[in-house]
Amino acid sequence: MEDGETNKDVEVAPALIAVQPNQRSVAVAVGADLRVFNLHAGSAASLVDESGSSFHKDFIRAIRFGAKGKLFVSSGDDKIVKIWSVEYWRCICTVSSEKRVTAVAISNDGSYVCFADKFGVVWVVDLTGYDGNQPLVNKKATPLLSHYCSIITSLEFSLDGQFIVSADRDFKIRVTVFPSNPINGAHEIQSFCLGHTEFVSCVAFVQAQDYPHGLLISGSGDSTVRLWDIVSGALLDTCEVATKAGLLESNNDKSEERDHAVTDLCTILDGLLIAVAIQSFQGIVLLKCNPATRTLSVSKLVSIEGGAFVPTSLGNGASTGILWMVTGVSNLPGSSCPSFARVRAISGFDVEQEPTVVEHDKIPGGEQLLENLQGSASVDDAVFLAAAEAVKTAMCNLLIKKQYPAENRESKKRTRNDKKFKL
Amino acid sequence: MPETEVNPTISKSTGLPRKRFYRARAHSNPLSDSHFPVPISPSHVDHSLHYPQYFPSSGQADSCKRIQFADIGCGFGGLLLSLSTLFPETLMIGMELRDKVTEYVKERILALRAANPGQYQNISVVRTNSMKYIPNYFEKGQLSKMFFLFPDPHFKEKNHRRRVISPHLLDEYAYALQVGGIIYTITDVEELGDWMKSCLENHPLFEALSKEELEADPVVQLLSSATEEGQKVARNEGQTFQAVFRRIASSDQTS
Repeated sequence: MEDGETNKDVEVAPALIAVQPNQRSVAVAVGADLRVFNLHAGSAASLVDESGSSFHKDFIRAIRFGAKGKLFVSSGDDKIVKIWSVEYWRCICTVSSEKRVTAVAISNDGSYVCFADKFGVVWVVDLTGYDGNQPLVNKKATPLLSHYCSIITSLEFSLDGQFIVSADRDFKIRVTVFPSNPINGAHEIQSFCLGHTEFVSCVAFVQAQDYPHGLLISGSGDSTVRLWDIVSGALLDTCEVATKAGLLESNNDKSEERDHAVTDLCTILDGLLIAVAIQSFQGIVLLKCNPATRTLSVSKLVSIEGGAFVPTSLGNGASTGILWMVTGVSNLPGSSCPSFARVRAISGFDVEQEPTVVEHDKIPGGEQLLENLQGSASVDDAVFLAAAEAVKTAMCNLLIKKQYPAENRESKKRTRNDKKFKL
Repeated sequence: MPETEVNPTISKSTGLPRKRFYRARAHSNPLSDSHFPVPISPSHVDHSLHYPQYFPSSGQADSCKRIQFADIGCGFGGLLLSLSTLFPETLMIGMELRDKVTEYVKERILALRAANPGQYQNISVVRTNSMKYIPNYFEKGQLSKMFFLFPDPHFKEKNHRRRVISPHLLDEYAYALQVGGIIYTITDVEELGDWMKSCLENHPLFEALSKEELEADPVVQLLSSATEEGQKVARNEGQTFQAVFRRIASSDQTS
């Protein structure tokens, strides 16, 4: 039973970041805290929630801006999905979920909000015809599709909005036709993208000629990033990022692979580059996707000097050339500070320049932004490394099947309480 | 001395495995984490292990033969054996979650192949959780028939999500079935029969077969007669409830 106990000790949630498509605001979630900084006004946005409840009561697991930047969704372990109108940061709709929420997505036209729960069911909330003024009451979610009892790690709409992509811990990516009336469910599966040998942690789309839906890229616990054609489900290329980045020997064993799990992916400048966060790397790996040859290659490694910064989440405001990163954790067992985060940014992705980590005082929004999004507590580097370690363990516990050695399994069988012993 | 060849689990008179050495619990939890090997994708399924006569060497992907029938929860394999002789040129596979039962079917097929040279080469069995791993075994539209005979009824409402026929799982079965492919379900539990029928009726990618089509289909007769469960129901003079539906093309036009 010692497994169960260690499990509880490291139940932590990584800090998350999301950037509005036109980079007007940046949102960071740490634990149950949601912090938003309005870059346009140069000040923190104050969130208004007329439903009376105190925002989120438990770890936030997913935050996301809509493609048009008008809507924002936050959700997590408190089984509450909050849909915000970004203009005045007003919560327009609160939907309850039966289970903890693990991923959210907003349809490209902003008409539907989808969220996935821990039992593998994706739900849809209908916002069609909503004008953005009055709060919506008594909105209910209807089931859209389901991965049979597998935690869904990521949800994403294809670039043309025709498909919804869901990735899970069972190495699987499902591509489903997003129907004209999703309230009746999405029953037509276009393809499955199969090839990962560990949990899939994140997916994103890259623009490419001849692929109106976009090309799909996915990151996984098997320390690879893969490129897919979602129409056929064909695996186009596999990039062993951890090996290519020199973090991992090529003839590795499985347990070592997991140390270099890909935690997040983010496309920059419409997919010109792909930023990849790896669990063991203080910085990011930049990949290039060549749509003509349909290949992925490592373009550059950007390490973040000093400060023990292992990004837990990446964000990018679509057309802007700034990559936002956050590291942090909801609560760290044995640490005095309850939750903390650090925000950094990388700029200079344009063809001519070298990508560089932006100094604290040069970051858009400046010190004010950092103070707002990070919280004021000053935290030691060692604590950040401990946090990165805690996030890693929590992720492995959540997404990797427990392996019991043979003798352990026998003892479990012997102590099974449903078995009647013959004396 | 012939004693070296005596295996107590094999019947001396028929050469077939004896069921009493393969007793298994009636239920298995489909929700639990699986620890048996699962192919990464359908192209990783090694056909030479299952159908050595059709696929002499492993890794030979150029053979055009593909598995076309899947018996989900095949139990002791009665249906597979009947179908094997009825469709001798069609590859079919039974999928069963319970390890011991799978072993029994495996032995049974091997014994039958040995006793009837040239026959029973088109059937095989695999231990897997078909509620989770259908896409790992079959390409889109690969199957022409799927069978769900006498599945676990899971009476409690809390456990309805463990039922092998459910609105969401039908999406995956529709994916594996080709348009025009047929899904066969039968049970002796009226409540489950109603459930399976209503799930299929409410699914946009399935339509019921007409009475004439049901009568013309030789497989329908086998549903209640070929399986061990069906024979048990017949012995007890119980009722059965079947639902047979066809996979149809999607009518939803997303522009």
